[in-house]
Amino acid sequence: MQDSGFQYDVVIIGAGVSGCATARELAKTNGSVCVLEREDDVCCGTSKANSAIVHAGYDAMTGSLMARLNVEGNALMHELAKKLNFTVKNIGSLVVCTSERDVDGLHELFARGVANGVPDLQVIDRDTLRSMEPNISPSAVGALWAPTAGIVDPFGLNVALAENAATNGVRFVFDAPVMAIERLPQGGYALDTPRGRLTCRCVVNAAGVYADQIHNMVCEDKLKIVPRRGQYMLLDTTAGSHVHHVVFALPSKMGKGVLVSPTIHGNLIVGPTAEDIRDKEGTDTTAAGLSEVAEKCGITVVDVPLREVITSFSGLRAHRAEHEFLIGENPSAPGFVDCSAIESPGLTASPAIGRMVAGIVTDILGLEERPAGEFVETREGIPNMNDLSFEQWGKLCEKNPLYGRVICRCCHVSEAQIVDAIHRPVGARSLDGVKRRTGACMGRCQAGFCTPKIMEALSRELPDVSMENVTKSGPGSEFIEGHAKDAIVEEAHA
Amino acid sequence: METRTLTCIRCPRGCAVTVTLEDDGTITSVTGNSCLRGDKYARDEVTHPVRVVTTTVPVEGSATEKMVSVKTAGDVPKDRVFDVVRALTGVTATAPVHTGDVILANAAGTGVDIVATKDA
Amino acid sequence: MSDYDVIVIGGGPAGLAAATTAREDGRRSVLVVERDQKLGGILNQCIHNGFGLITFNEELTGPEYAARYEKLARDAGVEFLLDTMVLDVSPGRVVTCVSEAHGMQHISGGAVVLAMGCRERPRGALNIPGFRPAGVYTAGTAQRLVNIEGLMPGREVVILGSGDIGLIMARRMTLEGAHVACVAELMPYSGGLKRNIVQCLDDFDIPLLLSHTVTRVEGKRRVEAVWVAQVDEKGRPIAGTEKRYLCDTLLLSVGLLPENELSRSAGVELSRVTRGPVVNESLETSIPGIFACGNVLHVHDLVDYVTQEATAAGAAAVRWADACAKHAEHDEKPGIPVVAEGGVRYTVPQSIDPERMPEKLTLRFRVGGVFEDKRICVYLGDERVLSKRRPILVPGEMEEVTLKRDDLLARPAVDKVVVTLEEA
Repeated sequence: MQDSGFQYDVVIIGAGVSGCATARELAKTNGSVCVLEREDDVCCGTSKANSAIVHAGYDAMTGSLMARLNVEGNALMHELAKKLNFTVKNIGSLVVCTSERDVDGLHELFARGVANGVPDLQVIDRDTLRSMEPNISPSAVGALWAPTAGIVDPFGLNVALAENAATNGVRFVFDAPVMAIERLPQGGYALDTPRGRLTCRCVVNAAGVYADQIHNMVCEDKLKIVPRRGQYMLLDTTAGSHVHHVVFALPSKMGKGVLVSPTIHGNLIVGPTAEDIRDKEGTDTTAAGLSEVAEKCGITVVDVPLREVITSFSGLRAHRAEHEFLIGENPSAPGFVDCSAIESPGLTASPAIGRMVAGIVTDILGLEERPAGEFVETREGIPNMNDLSFEQWGKLCEKNPLYGRVICRCCHVSEAQIVDAIHRPVGARSLDGVKRRTGACMGRCQAGFCTPKIMEALSRELPDVSMENVTKSGPGSEFIEGHAKDAIVEEAHA
Repeated sequence: METRTLTCIRCPRGCAVTVTLEDDGTITSVTGNSCLRGDKYARDEVTHPVRVVTTTVPVEGSATEKMVSVKTAGDVPKDRVFDVVRALTGVTATAPVHTGDVILANAAGTGVDIVATKDA
Repeated sequence: MSDYDVIVIGGGPAGLAAATTAREDGRRSVLVVERDQKLGGILNQCIHNGFGLITFNEELTGPEYAARYEKLARDAGVEFLLDTMVLDVSPGRVVTCVSEAHGMQHISGGAVVLAMGCRERPRGALNIPGFRPAGVYTAGTAQRLVNIEGLMPGREVVILGSGDIGLIMARRMTLEGAHVACVAELMPYSGGLKRNIVQCLDDFDIPLLLSHTVTRVEGKRRVEAVWVAQVDEKGRPIAGTEKRYLCDTLLLSVGLLPENELSRSAGVELSRVTRGPVVNESLETSIPGIFACGNVLHVHDLVDYVTQEATAAGAAAVRWADACAKHAEHDEKPGIPVVAEGGVRYTVPQSIDPERMPEKLTLRFRVGGVFEDKRICVYLGDERVLSKRRPILVPGEMEEVTLKRDDLLARPAVDKVVVTLEEA
């Protein structure tokens, strides 16, 4: 609707799942929307590095926002996946109890889940559990079975939301961390970024671990977000069927345990740790953290083939002491809407979070729904060759022969998919961007073979990218340090 | 008298070769080698060590290659290896290049040519 | 009727040698399917010399060796499908592949030779703590960037692992103007050839730190430093020995793994030790008519030995194709097992049928540690038929012994062949 004087009705800070889900919902209205992201791509923070679980919703305290949005988000996820063409699998989850003493905990969890509105929960006995998961620990005595839990491709979800938002008119600006926010005398806000100043009537703070810094720039109350680090190990697809469901450990005297789960890409994931740290960029793994994961995965599951580990990583949850999402307009800052402290189950809840935040903004600004037919509701994903039959893949090759050029040999990603990922709305600009959109580099060689080929594709397809300045994940992460013999020439000149 | 034990680099066996020298540098014996290459290597190594240098130079006008691999057509003194590499800075080959083509004659005055080791 | 008598998967040195041999007398149709645009595989980026002393009796660079073998194969009349990715090999020897030129294809083979080579163990497998920035490359990726693209992956380099590619890249990076601070090796011995330590490290005063590993990678976006620490006998970092190296690049040369995804999908039995197929004296896998050779079978140090092994596989594939053509019965009785003992980690082949073995059969193996002054002994049953003294045996260098068919035929009761190490 764009009032005179403001560039946008809404600026969303952060292009993670919460920000992008909100952007997509707002794209259904007549409001103008811009998403500012400090990194070079969507899905670079908390949304990128997590367990990638669609939680059923029995964990959060009954009556909390977390509980409500988790259950709602879970219910919305499958429909959204169909519309936006990303992958969700409803494999169900098991919370495994390994001591008779703790069985009460299982029933408590069951009761809480029922109160939260989680459908079809069931406490199952040892034998049922063993028949479902042959590799479960012999000390397991029972489990809470939640058939509505599942796994999701977190990159696919985040990218799909962003692409669809962009298709519907949302603007994305990358490499644009918000350095200052000024509350304008006539109402509304001005945001300073290295890419320039933006003005808007309404700000959505979906800045993940940085949400406190953003919040505290304008709000009278002060928010503190603690980066809670979670370290994970990812195992090769050969280990992908070691378990068939998401396996959690029931918290016990032994501690909290870690989850063991198949991933959407067919790998096995184990983790996370939970360490409160100071550094909002502290996504490094530690020897202690990784050995903790290695040790704890054995509480619920036996013989996890840790020699099949292909990578390890850390993610930071945006934790606050209250352990509750912070969503709403701040009383001290009209038009400033927090979408903060979105930690687990934030990924699951994201479709519901997007709806809720967009609803708040719509009410504040009096936005109206766009006329029927204007909003493009669906999005065609990048095809995944592994899902295709011989005939289907062959047909694609007839349409575009580049589907026949396999670039990533571990995951069977073709050149056509990579070119597609680069040229889509909010397209990939870095190796990690290609990886998140196509699944290339995610296999057992971990980009050893395909790095040079993807670099070549990026430099060929993007006018401002050359082999010399291709990045892994945005400025500062260039792969190349000049040409062969450059240093020798420099030395001769010195 | 001095004895020096070297690892022969002339083939992948990596024989441990022992060379005995007189005080004036005359070689009195070479042992431990499995072949004549090893004998020659050991004698060269204690008197005037030599190496083959392999590297690449950019190639222009090739449809398939950005670089063409090259080598010294024979041994060059070990202490001239970097001179040979320096002599190649700024050298660009022009397609078509064939294996064996001289890319740079008499590299760094060693008397040894740099030749292509692939077609481009 | 098959589309080809023999299909070879992979056009590197193993595939080229297998195909050339299979095609040699011109009777059998042979197809090589190669995923790259050119033949020669990884040899194309191995621009250093040292190849071919056994095969061609002269010292060649990788590209020269590849070109020679490509010519042999072309002259023999081998057919090629380049730029073509094999997606699946069925137990019935139907190869599914895809390419830009032909789209999806099914091609059936009388015999199939697996020659897909190996890949490098990535960083993730090592679980090195720290960030995951740009600047961490396997040595092979760096080799491709430098030698094929002419691009430098970094200026200040630390190398983890002393495999041959890592050693070779220490020299390459140095010659191209980079500074290599050190090569850290977890084991108390090098994983590469001795001569590469001399000509790639010693020549350039690059320290080789044995019993050391990288314990941390610093730098969120690009490598800024790595920490290197000494390890104890179990490979665990020793507190207080850490040293920080400022650098922009970490190269990894921490092992090669046979690339057996296709073998697995075909149902071929794999060895847990070699991670390659279990084969008999004909280099035939557990699936009849599917053969394997080169680095997909077990990782070699020398291309010349790859060529020898692949030649044997190619010949066996032709024998199979001949038998198929005659509709002869394939004799599938199990062979005599070859048992690795006393420090020998594995052997290839793992079983022998004396009637089908050539007059002389090469058994290749590696040892599991450093052994000084030992004898390599071969027993047929309880009888020692071979003993050769070796002053030193190391895991980084493949060993071989030759078995004579007559020795086995003369002892029909023998139920196992044992390869072991004994005191000299």
